[in-house]
Amino acid sequence: MASVLIQFAHPALEKSRVNQRLLEAASGLPLVTINDLYELYPDFDIDIDREQDLLLRHDYILLQHPMYWYSAPAILKQWIDLTLEHGWAYGRQGNALAGKKMMNVLTTGGRQEAYQEAGYNRFTVRQFLAPFEQTAQLCKMTYLPPFVVHGTHRITEEGIVESLQQYRTLLERLTANEIDPNHAIQFAYANDLLTEKQSL
Amino acid sequence: MSQSVLLQAIVYLAAGVVFVPIAKRLGLGSVLGYLLAGMVIGPDGLGLVGDEGQDVMHVAEFGVVIMLFLIGLELEPDLLWKLRVPIVGLGGLQVVLTTVVVWGLAMLTGLPWQAALAVGMILAMSSTAIVLQTMNEKGLMQAASGQSTFSVLLFQDIAVIPILAILPLLATYPVADPAEGGAHDSLMAGLPGWLQTLAVLGAVLAVVMLGRFVMRPVFRVIAGTGLREVFIASALLLVGGVALLMESVGLSPALGAFVSGVVLANSEYKHELESDIDPFRGLLLGLFFISVGSSIDFGLIQENPLLVVGVVLGMMTLKAIVLAMLGRRFKLSTDQNLIFSLALSQVGEFAFVLLSFSLQNGILDTRTVGLLTAAVALSMALTPIVFLVNEKLLLPRIGTTAQDKKASDQFSASNPVIVAGFGRYGNIVGRFLRANGIGTTVLDFDSDRVDILRKIGIKVYYGDASRYDLLKSAGAEEAKVIIIALDSPEKSLELVETIKKHFPHLQILVRARDRDDAYEFMDAGIDHVYRETLDSSLRTGVDAMRLLGLRAYHAERSARLFRKHDEEALTELAAVRHDQKQYFSTARRRIRDLEQLISSDETDRWLREVEEGWDAESLRREANQQGY
Repeated sequence: MASVLIQFAHPALEKSRVNQRLLEAASGLPLVTINDLYELYPDFDIDIDREQDLLLRHDYILLQHPMYWYSAPAILKQWIDLTLEHGWAYGRQGNALAGKKMMNVLTTGGRQEAYQEAGYNRFTVRQFLAPFEQTAQLCKMTYLPPFVVHGTHRITEEGIVESLQQYRTLLERLTANEIDPNHAIQFAYANDLLTEKQSL
Repeated sequence: MSQSVLLQAIVYLAAGVVFVPIAKRLGLGSVLGYLLAGMVIGPDGLGLVGDEGQDVMHVAEFGVVIMLFLIGLELEPDLLWKLRVPIVGLGGLQVVLTTVVVWGLAMLTGLPWQAALAVGMILAMSSTAIVLQTMNEKGLMQAASGQSTFSVLLFQDIAVIPILAILPLLATYPVADPAEGGAHDSLMAGLPGWLQTLAVLGAVLAVVMLGRFVMRPVFRVIAGTGLREVFIASALLLVGGVALLMESVGLSPALGAFVSGVVLANSEYKHELESDIDPFRGLLLGLFFISVGSSIDFGLIQENPLLVVGVVLGMMTLKAIVLAMLGRRFKLSTDQNLIFSLALSQVGEFAFVLLSFSLQNGILDTRTVGLLTAAVALSMALTPIVFLVNEKLLLPRIGTTAQDKKASDQFSASNPVIVAGFGRYGNIVGRFLRANGIGTTVLDFDSDRVDILRKIGIKVYYGDASRYDLLKSAGAEEAKVIIIALDSPEKSLELVETIKKHFPHLQILVRARDRDDAYEFMDAGIDHVYRETLDSSLRTGVDAMRLLGLRAYHAERSARLFRKHDEEALTELAAVRHDQKQYFSTARRRIRDLEQLISSDETDRWLREVEEGWDAESLRREANQQGY
């Protein structure tokens, strides 16, 4: 069994259509901890001790957020800046997070086709997420492919429900240790990993 | 001899201990409790004390001296200046008009004009002790009626001094006991007039000099020894010495005490003096009221019941009418004027001092003094009842109503938030919530403010917020949150109790004036306590840091971390406070708390927290070592 920490960042959850539902789907699952950053630190004063302690107590670190300006909402960056201290998370003596797994869980307004070199946004989601990938790398963690819900501007209720089921399955399988990280890193999205397993 | 003194002391103390709590319980106030105790142990009651009551009264008069010292100590020049118009205008006119009217009426009853004038001045006084206490308990001090009442009482307190000086000039009866009553001219009798004047001026000057230049270094040395009882002794010595000096030049000891109080009002020992002397004032005043109670001549009342009742009701009505006229002239609204004029309609404790002074100096005869003493005591006893009648019967009919009848349909939906108290604190919270579209119901005790708020269209309930029925009709059953923003911590605690008992589902947020209040609320089990000065003080600090050139974000972040640290320290201190409470006076405990806080500011981990994050020094060092 493995434990999952969801670092959740949404500055206007009351306006959210998909993230709110995703969060509901994740809550109440055994071994899953939800840490709502904007609710905890409206003044951006991250409690470093508390956050480091939470990280130590979990195996999977999921950063769940909407994609804003091709990155995450500001507080997630603040959280990284403050919590991943030199000498603790990285650096010669910084081994606290070694061996853990990190993953982004994100929603984008644009559809998947827009995130291609020939598309509207000119880069893929994975390219935009490079800073997170390298952050995990620097902290000696394994970076897993992201779980992405695309096209939230025009998503239908069926589409949302389908995403929720997928997300729940992902969390269940992570906590059950049913996902082999070495296998998972071959995929672009964690979504693909799930559909592959289902089709087998 | 010593045994009988001890026995007497026991009788007085026991009477006080028995009756004062009973009177307080019945909502009559401590002054009445003492009077009642006096009546019971007096010659007309159980007869436990006899004629020596008079001697006790002389001792107890020192309590009045101390009271004036404390009044002087409390007089801040700023406050006086701010209230100069109501103090001199309202207060001055009240004293003068009441005196003149009573003077005229008293002369009609056949008193000589001198005695009639004395009666007029005496009856003009109201009871500072009862009125201020009651207004405070009801949270009325900040309302227009409270401010006016305070001004009038302040003027009366000051007026006592000239009155004490004028009274001896009005003597018509032979002085009963020259050695005692004529104390004011015992030392100076042989001196020529100009020398007497010079001596008086010299004495006042000496008191001022003493307070200005001598007492502060003396207090500093004594405080340095750390012996509290010596500090108390020196404070009592100062008051006693000044009183004696004044008496020996023929001035009132109370005046001297008052002057020395004013001189020391700005000294750093003000609070220490207050907290150290206050118990003596309380005890001696208690003793004074007991002896007044015991000197009430029930025989006289029994002989002329109608006369006594007539005098009581007559003088209270008269005073109330004069006050109401003045209140109208000074633009008090009907509600506030009603509270103001009825609150001050009784005759107060100063009257007892002035009456016994008049008797000793042969200004009034025994019969008049006896009659008036009984009448004054009765009028004081009626005060809580007058307040009650006003609150329950008069105000609901005449003035601002508890609920806004006109608007009640409009506001039938219940609001999730109740704000109790819409003064300088509550109005900001309330406005903020309203601006965010959150429905708020307001409870307030200031009828002027209630009227204005209703005009704007805010749902306001008028009355004492801690009343169950008012809370219920304001929708406390449906509301989710109540914000207590009252001025008086006692009232707030009362409200907390009512809420916990009848509306346990309500989440309570409470305003605390300072750390001490915060402790009280934390003890009462409230999690959301807000010290009203904390955030603005920190913002001041942030701006100071920015003016010194520090970066805004660093300053802001430091302030927030400091607030967190301070809240934690508060919780810690609250836990250990109970052990210290018994050992230290309030003033001392505050200083000790501050000491502990300051030392925790330096050692605590919060300073490290300010330094954490972004461009760690350790990273630079490691990079230099590794050469990348």
